[in-house]
Amino acid sequence: MNAYAVKKNVSSDKIIVADDMMLTVDMPTTAGSKMLDGYMSLLESEALTRLKAEGYVLGGKADVGEFAIDLLGETSSRGALFADGALKNAAAQIVASGEASAAICLDANGSVRRAAAQSGLISLKPTYGTVSRYGVIPVACSGDTVSILADNTDTCGNIIDVIAGHDAKDGTSLSDELCSKLKKSAEYSPVRRVALLTSMTDGIDADVKAKLDAAVEALTKSGVEVVSVENEIIASARPAWNVLMSAELCNNVSRYDGVKYGYRAQSFNGIDELYTNSRTEAFGDLLKTAIIFGSETLSTENYMKVYDKCLRVRRVIVEEFAKIFGEFDAILMPTCSSLSYTEEQIANNRHLAFEENFYTAPASISGLPAVVAGGVQLVGSAFTERALLTAAKIIAKEGR
Amino acid sequence: MKYETVIGLEVHVELATSSKIFCSCSAHSYGAEPNSHVCPACCGMPGMLPVVNKRVVDYGMKAGMMLGCHINRTTTFDKKSYYYPDLPAAYQTTQWFAPVAVNGLVEIETSKGKKNIRIKQIHMEEDAGKLVHDIREDTTHVDFNRTSVPLIEIVSQPDLSSAEEVEAYLERLKTLLRYARVAECEMAHGTMRCDVNLSVRPEGSDKLGVRAEMKNMNSLEAIKRAIEYETARHIDAIENGTEVLKQETRRWDDIKGKSYAMRTKETAGDYRYFPDPNVMPVVIDDEWFDSIKRSLPEFPEVKRDRYITEYGLGEYDAEQLIKSIALCDCFEDAYAVCKSAKDAANWMISEVMSILNARKMTYDMLDISGKALGELILLVTGSKVGRANAKKILAAMFDDPTIEPTAYAEANGFVMSNDTGKVEAVVKAAVEADPKAVADYKGGKEKALMALFGKCMKELKGNCDPQVLKTILIDYISKV
Repeated sequence: MNAYAVKKNVSSDKIIVADDMMLTVDMPTTAGSKMLDGYMSLLESEALTRLKAEGYVLGGKADVGEFAIDLLGETSSRGALFADGALKNAAAQIVASGEASAAICLDANGSVRRAAAQSGLISLKPTYGTVSRYGVIPVACSGDTVSILADNTDTCGNIIDVIAGHDAKDGTSLSDELCSKLKKSAEYSPVRRVALLTSMTDGIDADVKAKLDAAVEALTKSGVEVVSVENEIIASARPAWNVLMSAELCNNVSRYDGVKYGYRAQSFNGIDELYTNSRTEAFGDLLKTAIIFGSETLSTENYMKVYDKCLRVRRVIVEEFAKIFGEFDAILMPTCSSLSYTEEQIANNRHLAFEENFYTAPASISGLPAVVAGGVQLVGSAFTERALLTAAKIIAKEGR
Repeated sequence: MKYETVIGLEVHVELATSSKIFCSCSAHSYGAEPNSHVCPACCGMPGMLPVVNKRVVDYGMKAGMMLGCHINRTTTFDKKSYYYPDLPAAYQTTQWFAPVAVNGLVEIETSKGKKNIRIKQIHMEEDAGKLVHDIREDTTHVDFNRTSVPLIEIVSQPDLSSAEEVEAYLERLKTLLRYARVAECEMAHGTMRCDVNLSVRPEGSDKLGVRAEMKNMNSLEAIKRAIEYETARHIDAIENGTEVLKQETRRWDDIKGKSYAMRTKETAGDYRYFPDPNVMPVVIDDEWFDSIKRSLPEFPEVKRDRYITEYGLGEYDAEQLIKSIALCDCFEDAYAVCKSAKDAANWMISEVMSILNARKMTYDMLDISGKALGELILLVTGSKVGRANAKKILAAMFDDPTIEPTAYAEANGFVMSNDTGKVEAVVKAAVEADPKAVADYKGGKEKALMALFGKCMKELKGNCDPQVLKTILIDYISKV
């Protein structure tokens, strides 16, 4: 099993797991990296603290890909997880098996959403700033969002009710007044008009197309109007997000240098070799690629040409979303190109995660909420989680 | 050929806030046990997020206003990346794109007269930790007490041209920042540190020479020596071709009296600055800006002029008092109570400042209450306490700033007696005990009277108006 420890004798709807990006004080937190093998944190993530206070029990930790930037966890230092030839995500496996009612995960590069889509689960990536990032291993701080993975929309709704709220320990945390819009008690206007973003359907296979058609059908049947919309600007989120994410990641993982904690190379001569050898030996290939790429985008030579441009692209994307939300209540789009990744696919394309995030980057770069259900995702404007979950219920065909 | 030296300074000043810039750890760890003022945040551990200490922004703005800067109403924090063991997260959070203050002006005065030095910018940032090398064990230890202690870096334009000007400029910064109570600025404590950018060019040329940045000067003397050494090195290279000057960073070795190349521009690392996504831009609204503006102190020169014209102090006395804002405060509070600027100034200069000097305290370390000093002065001018006893009370106030002079005088028997009967009895006893002194005095020896006077005063424990005692004494002797 991919959990460290599973506690019994607790009513199962209160057992949750956390992915290994969420810091815990009684279990190690490794970020799926050899660098943090056995790392015991001095602090606990705020989301878990709030859940515990409401009677939830942390049943264990779910494995995660190295710093959560990969497809589904295949870059974990413990190795990839396959079942029936298809790549699996540890947290999704635990939730699907019923061992825990939900998983609390970091959505840094869409892995949680892909996991939900490919396992028939629900995931909720809330509006950026509504759930504290305190106690979460940082990847790309401008987009990192504590997310929920569960097998039904009600569980997602119950958990977001607990974890959303202002936290003074996080300088980007929004006010309680804004966060209260995510609470069960909040009033909301339901989703009536949905934009199917056709520019985001590039590259999807027949299975995903079928999921998308099914979602459109389910929504239409329950009286929701679905209109096809094109928007090439939103579809350009991927390269910009890859730059911003890699640059922030490069900076955030620079603290793991072998000096204070974590992995230290056995053999080195001087401080520079201590850094280089420790990081060379402990970090995996995908992470190293991202570090080098991110570092280059921040160099004096490239900053204005690349990084600053991507910050501006982010702003333009946010504006494009706002235009669409002027007419529609939510946007429907795929979550991934295919409903499973094979061993061969992964072996042949080591950077697949940086291509597959074409579908997840728009919500990551804009900080907008996204709910995955029935294999597809609904993206809404800020604080529309309740409406999105209700619409997701229709798509997932949950009993009313 | 004649040459001129072109100098710009980068001055780091530790802000005197009680906590660090992004966490609640104490910022005051001078002399403390290593790693006793740390938390997961200032140790750079994953999962901790920076929360800006508003007081640091207050102080940054104040410093900017004192140095005549424009305050950026939206100021942002950025990350500067480099690897060094004393930098736990391998990045320093600083201000690169929108520093808190820009385009200032500081007036200095040297033997050549007055000069304006332009300030390019002031930015807020976190300090790094300290490495402690253990030669015996051949190991290096790291102390994170100082990490994330708030600093401002004051960057001047290359407007300085001599060691004398540099000294005047640093002194002026220190005075102004101390007046605003934002920093201690003590080089010996490391709360003021200075890097010198220096180049040399033929006099009258408008082209700048090759620049060297010098680090590791730990005192004003070291800075002056480094400037002189470096100027001579540059001139020697230009005139005699002893070496090819390179744009580089150099380390000053104060023991050897030489500078050594650390790194050239080509080998310098790229800091890869980018906006810190964890710290929201700080927006300074009118209310905040105005409250800081209102809290600014009077400039030293304004105070001096006011002391002379309004309070009628002499120029020397006024100059003495404005040396430190602590002296000014104490003086002004004392004056408010005793209503005599002259008395307050006299007590400050002849008593308070001499106690500070005797105790080897800086003027800024003064922490007695000015109101209490005013009360003490009133006790003396009102003939309630003798001057010698008043000095004892003042010394006690230095040991315990909570002492109230009147209560303390009463509790310690320092209150002068108005009981002439008691004084007459003491005089009678003294005169009877020393008939020789009486005879000497009557024989014309004034000193004999002073001896008797002293004995009586001692017997009265100083608690008698000297005039009263003298009158009674002379009166009594004349009757004997």
